[in-house]
Amino acid sequence: MSTLAIDKTGPTRKVKLGSMSRDRTWALRWSYFFLVLFAIFFLIPPVYMLITSLKSSAEISAATNPWWVFHPTLSNYVELLTSNQFLRFFWNSSMISIVVVIVTMLISIPAAFALARMKFWGSATLATGVFLTYLIPDSLLFIPLFKMLAVVQEFTGITLLNRWYVLVFIYPTLTVPFCTWIMIGYFASIPKELDEAALIDGASWLQTLTRIFIPVALPGLIAATIFAFTVSWAQFLYPLVFTTSIDQLVLPVGITTTLIKGDVFNWGQIMTGALLGAAPPLVIYAFLMDYYIAGLTAGATKG
Amino acid sequence: MADVVVEQGRLARAASPRKRASLRHAMGRKSTVAFFLTLPLILLIALLVLYPAFYSVYLATLNKAMTKFVGLSNFTFLFKRETFWMVVRQSCIFAITAVVFKALIGFIVAHFVHNIPGKKQRKWRGMLLVPWVIPPAMSTLAWLWLFDPSYSAFNYTLSFFGIGPIPWLGDTFWARFSVILVNVWYGAPFFLIMYLAALKSVPDQLYEAAAIDGANWWQKIWHITLPMMRNIIAITTLFSLIVTFANFDIVRILTSGGPLDRTHLFATWAFQVGIQSSDIPLGACVSLFMVPILAVAAVFILRDVNKRGNEA
Repeated sequence: MSTLAIDKTGPTRKVKLGSMSRDRTWALRWSYFFLVLFAIFFLIPPVYMLITSLKSSAEISAATNPWWVFHPTLSNYVELLTSNQFLRFFWNSSMISIVVVIVTMLISIPAAFALARMKFWGSATLATGVFLTYLIPDSLLFIPLFKMLAVVQEFTGITLLNRWYVLVFIYPTLTVPFCTWIMIGYFASIPKELDEAALIDGASWLQTLTRIFIPVALPGLIAATIFAFTVSWAQFLYPLVFTTSIDQLVLPVGITTTLIKGDVFNWGQIMTGALLGAAPPLVIYAFLMDYYIAGLTAGATKG
Repeated sequence: MADVVVEQGRLARAASPRKRASLRHAMGRKSTVAFFLTLPLILLIALLVLYPAFYSVYLATLNKAMTKFVGLSNFTFLFKRETFWMVVRQSCIFAITAVVFKALIGFIVAHFVHNIPGKKQRKWRGMLLVPWVIPPAMSTLAWLWLFDPSYSAFNYTLSFFGIGPIPWLGDTFWARFSVILVNVWYGAPFFLIMYLAALKSVPDQLYEAAAIDGANWWQKIWHITLPMMRNIIAITTLFSLIVTFANFDIVRILTSGGPLDRTHLFATWAFQVGIQSSDIPLGACVSLFMVPILAVAAVFILRDVNKRGNEA
């Protein structure tokens, strides 16, 4: 592949100085060489997940070449996808992620609209505050949140600990600040004339938002949605702390706690579970890569 | 679209005297509307971020049973424990080493991707960002399996080069190395993407001018690329420093802090003390020690972000 590319690009360049084009060809060759090396480094774990997931337990413990599958089998997939427990994890994760995405959008789009367009008392401070909130990590808040849930549970009698749906209220603390932040950036980049025109035409604030801001800033909206989904799907610390019963676990926690029984590691199933757990974000990424990357770079550069 | 806007402008000018009153009226209403639009956000941040943050400070001043106020004795207790100082040192080593390597690898690979023809860049970029997309808890499981003491695929491969079995997670040095390696693997693609975006924003003319002046590649990087990317490098590094410093998933799954607490970070140790040994005040106390470093990094990020905002 790489040599083919070099043959194509090399001669078609305007050749002014022989040495210069030769330099460029060599730079290209070295670039491909190192890119292949780094790609191998970056792709070893997912590829190894796939390899192991296709092996039977017997083959895994047989100490043959670990990088090759001699007797491929789908038994791990069949076993996991028919186990109620695993499907339960998948269901919990999906429900939480979908609801969190909706909640995040409902909170952050109006807020970003207000912060980007309506200058009001404290709006600049609030925008900065939102960004600062984004920098507060989950590992700082899990202990007080755990205690808060316990206290509220004690006072109201509503069971909050060990319930998966409580995570729906907790996760927005991780998604909303970032989504609001990038939506402020996208909304602020919309020309003022556009919404002034709508305002003069007699559109209300709500109509300006739904008819102009949301359609025009749709790429940003998709990027924010992807971000919110990926974060809630991958979140590990909060569910690990707040849920314990097997039927309340989400996928990452479920796989790490139930498939590892004591010192017995059923690696074929763990890798299958991990791969299936990584699949939704990977599929979204495969189809919406440009939005994903736009969201990633917007976070640090916009605003 | 454009002529519609123009027409609206003309209309507005024509109707301006009558419009002014209603505009002022709209302005008056605007702050109320804005308040209600931001209310859910404010409530969320106040109740589930700010309140817990201060609650954490309060918790840290209670005794283990959380029945009485003990002032700063949790803090003084920590200062006397050797494990605590080990965790401080390990967190700093972990965060600084990992961020430096992430930034270096990101910078280097971004140049390689930038070098190749535009059409192919998309494919390579897509492939190289995969580690960042996989949930870290899932990919760390794959690393755990690669490091497995008896079936390690790495040791199998290394044995062909005559390199003896390495105790990836069993030995202090190698366990720290492995934890940092996994973090670098997970985080480097983020730097790659950010730096690639920054590289693309550097005008080609600068390099052409430098080439005419006879600059070599190192001079181009030192005098053009780095100054042009300074802001994005600063923001990305500081941001990653925060995330890495507060890391939980990787260490928790890979080593659970072992061997002999030699890989514990603030987050994993706080989890072990606060949740697993149910000493919530002490756990809150441990996690609060992250605040100074996070605050310093946050102040610098904010300065850079604001500076960027003013430039644009």
